[in-house]
Amino acid sequence: MYRYDQYDQQMVDTRVAEFRDQTRRRLEGKITEDQFKPLRLQNGLYLQLHAYMLRVAVPYGTLNSTQMHALADIADKYDRGYGHFTTRQNIQYNWIKLEEAPDLLADLAKVEMHAIQTSGNCIRNISSDQYAGAAADELVDPRPYAELLRQWSSFHPEFLHLPRKFKFCVIASDNDRAAMRLHDIGIQVVQNDAGEIGCAFYVGGGMGRTPMIAPLIREFVPLDQLITYSEACLRVYNRYGRRDNKYKARIKILVHELGKDEYARQVEEEFAHLLEQGIEPPLAELERIKPFFADPAFKTGLPDKADRSDDQFARWVDSNCMPHKAPGYVAVTISLKPVGGIPGDASSAQMHAMADLAKDYSFDECRVTHAQNIVLPHVEIGRLNELYAKLAEADLATANIDQIGDIIACPGLDYCSLANARSIPVAQKISQRFEANGKGELLGTLKLKISGCINACGHHHAGHIGILGVDKKGTENYQLLLGGSEAEDTSLAKITGPGFDEAGIVDAVEKAADVYLAQREDGERFLDTYRRIGMDPFKEALYA
Amino acid sequence: MPDNTLGTSPDDVQFRFRDDEVVDHAAVTVDSFLDQSNAAAVRIEPGDNARDLLPHLDRIKLVEVNFPSFMDGRGYSSARVLREAGYEGEIRAVGEVLIDQLAIMRRCGFDAFAPDNELDAADAEHAFSLWDNVYQKTTDGRAPIWQKRHG
Repeated sequence: MYRYDQYDQQMVDTRVAEFRDQTRRRLEGKITEDQFKPLRLQNGLYLQLHAYMLRVAVPYGTLNSTQMHALADIADKYDRGYGHFTTRQNIQYNWIKLEEAPDLLADLAKVEMHAIQTSGNCIRNISSDQYAGAAADELVDPRPYAELLRQWSSFHPEFLHLPRKFKFCVIASDNDRAAMRLHDIGIQVVQNDAGEIGCAFYVGGGMGRTPMIAPLIREFVPLDQLITYSEACLRVYNRYGRRDNKYKARIKILVHELGKDEYARQVEEEFAHLLEQGIEPPLAELERIKPFFADPAFKTGLPDKADRSDDQFARWVDSNCMPHKAPGYVAVTISLKPVGGIPGDASSAQMHAMADLAKDYSFDECRVTHAQNIVLPHVEIGRLNELYAKLAEADLATANIDQIGDIIACPGLDYCSLANARSIPVAQKISQRFEANGKGELLGTLKLKISGCINACGHHHAGHIGILGVDKKGTENYQLLLGGSEAEDTSLAKITGPGFDEAGIVDAVEKAADVYLAQREDGERFLDTYRRIGMDPFKEALYA
Repeated sequence: MPDNTLGTSPDDVQFRFRDDEVVDHAAVTVDSFLDQSNAAAVRIEPGDNARDLLPHLDRIKLVEVNFPSFMDGRGYSSARVLREAGYEGEIRAVGEVLIDQLAIMRRCGFDAFAPDNELDAADAEHAFSLWDNVYQKTTDGRAPIWQKRHG
């Protein structure tokens, strides 16, 4: 994985010093809260319902064991012994004191980490495929391109006061595991007819209150123009994105209002101009970055089967292991979705355990997924049995990846000052219900996503089943949505009808699942059945 | 309000990184500027298109870029657009100009600062000199990190 050189290290160290000084000036009253707010946000610090929340960047979701240990230590030192892994492959802490935040950032900098631009109206941490470098279906490892973009977007002087937040995603496989087309800019690394590598740009996707799937803006941007084209996309947005209404300020609205062709035309014009400005790093910089992501020293001649005599273990292998490009290896997803647990939460002890396992079983690397789980990307199949035993000791052996218990949920009204309804208790009750009725495994792939408000941090628009918490005359009410997907078959879920109370939404999910079980044909996932039979049979069951 | 009372005066300029004499023309709006042939100072508001000025750069000595709110970042693009087109006159940041925006304004081509509220001189000096390195190439002449890495 990428390691800082003296320059990268100096940049994060300077940032810590800068924020320490800003915090001092705030505490001394030399700057107002309104002036301080964007500064703290661009260092990941939100003021939430009960305390400050700090969001730490995990670039393209990749961590080494030293960093994971450090995240655990931070949970103990500055928080209450927990961390919460997020849908943007980051981690956040919910009980931070402002006075201690500069020290926390200094601790992060010691392990080549930071919280830079994890919030605020700027380019945020760049997300990617959690199986990068491991997946058999990828063209190349997308992370060198994401790292190049990380450096370009960090402290970019022109783009720190954008109309609204801005999220990049970079993938390099036709199978989208990172919700690429639901980002402000989604990049897919592709190969053209001449065999050259370049980037397809999808611009103007997003969730929130106006969900949109990003249209293709340019089929092929050559690698030696990647930064310049990105800069052109951002400049057009910075100059012409709406600033009169924060709910219409994302680039998706600009692209929608201009039309994708007109937006693309304006970008081309700016791109032609910027190509003459010489702002592109030389390809040598990309070549410098690439070796950091070279394959680890995979062994050969390894066994390709594990001992499946233990049923529990076999279930876990079937749901939590992903085929690997190297024979004898798999990518293992550690579920942070125990039955009745808080999706994405891990205790400091669990983080330490995962760090040790990453070191011992996965070439010192782990990944955070947008589904709020942790991946060990390179595990020998022959060592899966012992890994499973160690995960079980740390309460990390839940076998439910991409099943109904593997719920994405935002923090909701338990923590978030924007939320209208609680998300966590609904997630807990649904996972408990499907554990009790035993239907979880039977249902197979069924992605359920819960947001506690219209801002859609829990990706409810992209759930095979989505749940949106709303406030209905002072009580929490939950709308049910069906048919969304964040994958390469991107689609937006539709609302079934009137909402439900907290108990009612759990029943409603089970009724929808039962419609699928009764109607499914061979090999169909829930989503496939929904697409074939439509909304009506579900409505009949829900509102009869 | 008549156009000739719009701009800041030399006395309002708190920081300046130029050796030439301070321009003492009152700035006019972009619309007024485009209508008259003798103005040498112009003020860009966030909604103005800085590229409208490009045919006239040879007669402009001062561009004020107004930040009615420090959160509105369009002025950063305006300044860069002018510098990229070869404009070498003064670009003065006016309005809600704060300590923590000074360094990035410098990077985008601003070389004079007339904040609505006077800034603490020591804090400002610290802000201007804090960053030894930069990741991006702009027109400010600083070598980005990638250039230092690869010579």
